[in-house]
Amino acid sequence: MLEVRNLHVAYGGVKAVKGIDLVVAEGETVCLIGANGAGKTTTLKALARVVPGQGEIRYRGQDILHWPSYKLVGEGMALVPEGRGVFSRLTVAENLAMGAYCRNDKDGIAADLERVYKLLPRLKEREKQIAGTLSGGEQQMLAIGRALMCRPRLLLLDEPSMGLAPIMVQKVFEVIQSVAAEGVTILLVEQNAQLALSIAARGYVMESGAVTLSDKADALLTNPKVREAYLGGE
Amino acid sequence: MDILLQQLINGVTLGAVYALVALGYTMVYGIIGLINFAHGEVVMIGAMVAFTVITSLAAHTQLPPLLILLIGLVVAAPTCMLLGYGLERLAYRPLRHAPRLTPLITAIGMSIVLQNVAMIIWGRNYINFPQMIDKTSYHIGNALITNVQVAILFLSALTMVGLMWLVYRTKLGTAMRATAQDQMVAGLMGVNINRVIAAAFVIGSALAALAGLMVGTYYEIAHYQMGFMLGLKAFTAAVLGGIGNLAGAMAGGLLLGIIEALGAGYIGDLTGGFLGSHYQDIFAFFVLITVLVFRPSGLLGERVGERA
Repeated sequence: MLEVRNLHVAYGGVKAVKGIDLVVAEGETVCLIGANGAGKTTTLKALARVVPGQGEIRYRGQDILHWPSYKLVGEGMALVPEGRGVFSRLTVAENLAMGAYCRNDKDGIAADLERVYKLLPRLKEREKQIAGTLSGGEQQMLAIGRALMCRPRLLLLDEPSMGLAPIMVQKVFEVIQSVAAEGVTILLVEQNAQLALSIAARGYVMESGAVTLSDKADALLTNPKVREAYLGGE
Repeated sequence: MDILLQQLINGVTLGAVYALVALGYTMVYGIIGLINFAHGEVVMIGAMVAFTVITSLAAHTQLPPLLILLIGLVVAAPTCMLLGYGLERLAYRPLRHAPRLTPLITAIGMSIVLQNVAMIIWGRNYINFPQMIDKTSYHIGNALITNVQVAILFLSALTMVGLMWLVYRTKLGTAMRATAQDQMVAGLMGVNINRVIAAAFVIGSALAALAGLMVGTYYEIAHYQMGFMLGLKAFTAAVLGGIGNLAGAMAGGLLLGIIEALGAGYIGDLTGGFLGSHYQDIFAFFVLITVLVFRPSGLLGERVGERA
């Protein structure tokens, strides 16, 4: 689904990502963990072509390194950005409509809207509400629901647990798991390594712009180095 | 005659035109944070093109006057839309990521360029707009309203309703509002940002063409510098309403028109005859300064922080 080779990203003179390799197979849930500032968010942004990168990014066999970001959605790649990025002055329904912006099949959109509302009933209740008035957790749900409106094949999630109460984090991750169960490929960036590894099949560990470790999720969970650095010791 | 009512009627008419022009400023500002100082010149070009079409049709054909005016608009609107698109594409887009002051100065430069181009094409003298509509007046109480004023009010209202529908009910409009809030995320939704920005310029320019035709028909005069003052006032109206806010631009336009007309009507009394109604321009700028000092975000605007 996604093959990344030797990806470099620099902001001005600062190298944020220094030549990483990453593979996500179809139907897989893969997570990218690491400390703050390790380059996880930058990696996702480079994949979604929001920031320019160098190297090789192949998505479904096509080299997308120089694609404009708006073209990727039509190809089924959706990014739920860090901090959710809901359009706070638009209503919930308008936000979801924006998610389906790249589509023109009215019936299909209506059907997917029903699916999203079924998966996230809270959004249905707040359909007409301005998105900025939702709670943080609801906004995260909205951001995920909005990404689902484009019928993604590959969903990139950036820190979905950030700033949420534990109970809300639990709910968000349940939603992510049910999306994965529908066959959507997921690349998840998370600081909460424990949680991320518990739903992923494989994981990559990033440190100062480079991938230092990659393994099956359960192997990472028991790896002493990972335990010490990201899972709170013991 | 009832001066208060009369000046209210005149003010609302003028305000409707300001509102149309202010919408162009505010749409562009709302999306890319640029004050397009050349927008007034787009209005002027609209008036000039409409003038050329109308005079030549009036001289060489027997078409009914209303049809001639309509053809004038049908030619002027696409000309202005193309001009607005050209401004964005050639002058502003290359500067999208430049410091804020750069596109602002470019906008002032484009304004000067357009004035001079217009001067070369249409000359430096005042141009008499042919009187296409036989003026008739109707009584409202003790004041008069002309059919031209009625037409301006009706067309402006219709256009603004149409614009609101476009912005709040269509896919393009939703994309415009989304882009205004967060360009990166709008891009992630599949919105081609460049197209949305260009659309804001093109739509604003179409409104400017209509405003140009209205001003020309109302004052029966056009001049290559007419866009300058009109643009500044419309900009004032946009700031008064809260720049970036569509409803604000409309309210600001109407309010400014009324303030100006009332000011012009009473300035003689207020200053004991020292200043005459030709000083009406000071009211617009008095309003601008007052708003900037006491409520920089405008009447309906949100706090925008420090923007150019």
